[in-house]
Amino acid sequence: MLAKRIIPCLDVRDGMVVKGKNFQGIRSVESPVALAARYNLSGADELVFYDITASSEGRALFTDVLRQVASCIFIPLTVGGGINSLEDFDRVLKCGADKVSVNTGAINNPKLIGDAAKRYGNQCVVLSADVKRVDGKFTVFSHGGRVNTGISAAEWVYRGQEEGAGELVLNSIDTDGVKGGFDCEMLQSVCARLTIPVIASGGAGKKEDFLQLFKTVPQADAGLAASVFHYGEIDIGGLKEYLSQNGVHVRI
Amino acid sequence: MIAVIDYGVGNLFSLAASLKYIGADSAVTSSPNKIEDSSAIILPGVGAFADAYKKLEHSGLIPLLKRQAAAGKPILGICLGMQLLFERSFEYGEHAGLGFIGGEVLPIAGMVNGGVKVPHMGWNSLIFRQKSPLFKYLSGGEYVYFVHSYAATNCEKSVTAVCTYGGAELTASAESGNVFGTQFHPEKSGAAGLKILRAFSELK
Repeated sequence: MLAKRIIPCLDVRDGMVVKGKNFQGIRSVESPVALAARYNLSGADELVFYDITASSEGRALFTDVLRQVASCIFIPLTVGGGINSLEDFDRVLKCGADKVSVNTGAINNPKLIGDAAKRYGNQCVVLSADVKRVDGKFTVFSHGGRVNTGISAAEWVYRGQEEGAGELVLNSIDTDGVKGGFDCEMLQSVCARLTIPVIASGGAGKKEDFLQLFKTVPQADAGLAASVFHYGEIDIGGLKEYLSQNGVHVRI
Repeated sequence: MIAVIDYGVGNLFSLAASLKYIGADSAVTSSPNKIEDSSAIILPGVGAFADAYKKLEHSGLIPLLKRQAAAGKPILGICLGMQLLFERSFEYGEHAGLGFIGGEVLPIAGMVNGGVKVPHMGWNSLIFRQKSPLFKYLSGGEYVYFVHSYAATNCEKSVTAVCTYGGAELTASAESGNVFGTQFHPEKSGAAGLKILRAFSELK
């Protein structure tokens, strides 16, 4: 039976892992290579790296980090941040990424999803969408959650699937960093029509939040979080034991 | 030396890195001489069957691979590389494969219950069906990482492990003599995957 996945997400700036709240107030945590190795040992099913660097020096540091991680950790690695073209796909795939996540780049140019899927296969293309409630409607935001695109989230992610995305990361801006639980209402509403795997992101604060996610949103194949893992508030091994004891099928 | 066949299909970074990590001597290559001199061969692959087979044909390596298989050299096909080992695939039409293992490749959508997600993507556990030298460091039940929309079928005699998905049993690995295939990615399957690669690298 297919296991539900637990995925730590590492935002990397200038070669270091950072974490903010509600997409703001960013501060450095530790070396991504050391952190990735620790997560691998504790049973992480996959790792997601977001490159949040603006400078080209930072970008070179990022690919160095990626190459180091991919040389010693053998679980799926997803890379996102600043992916706007097939050349960007190429750059990170050559450094050991297995999947590439597109967000603003796909909003600006939806054709990028299909072009990448044709070249690298659907399994390689992950659509990541940042969603926030605007006047009661689930709406897609771009540029790291700063720009309201006015696009309906449900329509956008469905279009992404039709264009050729093989997986979806759905981030709730409303619950991100708040640690009050995943945005189950948004997840259920936005991914109702999808047939591709869905990774839920934003809001995990305790083990119970993951259990609630998997029990109430059957479409969710994975739960993603950052700071609760980085700061050791939730231990991945302990979380998976807890989920297993409560009837959620996980890899132990 | 293990020759990892480079025929322009997929990303070979992890496979090369994982072989290096377990201390196996390996080379990513399309050189017939190197492949001839190798102690074992890995055939990787992602994407669509017909496209990959065509690329393999263009590489001119198929006659060599057939000779190597017949000569008894260990060959491991991974994911689409495994599917290429079978007689034919029905991915977008009917296409001939290498025919090293009896059986054919069909869509998962026709095997699983309605409403089940395809591709079959993520970690699933192995249920052994036959003893395999690839599993000598495993005990059964290990989770390995899959990403595929098609699966080998009508190959019961060759199946060494299956996994359950959507009410069906999918072929996870198969072998015939010195030819092995894993539908999952051992190079992405954590410690269990490295154990499988180590077992393969020790085959004579």
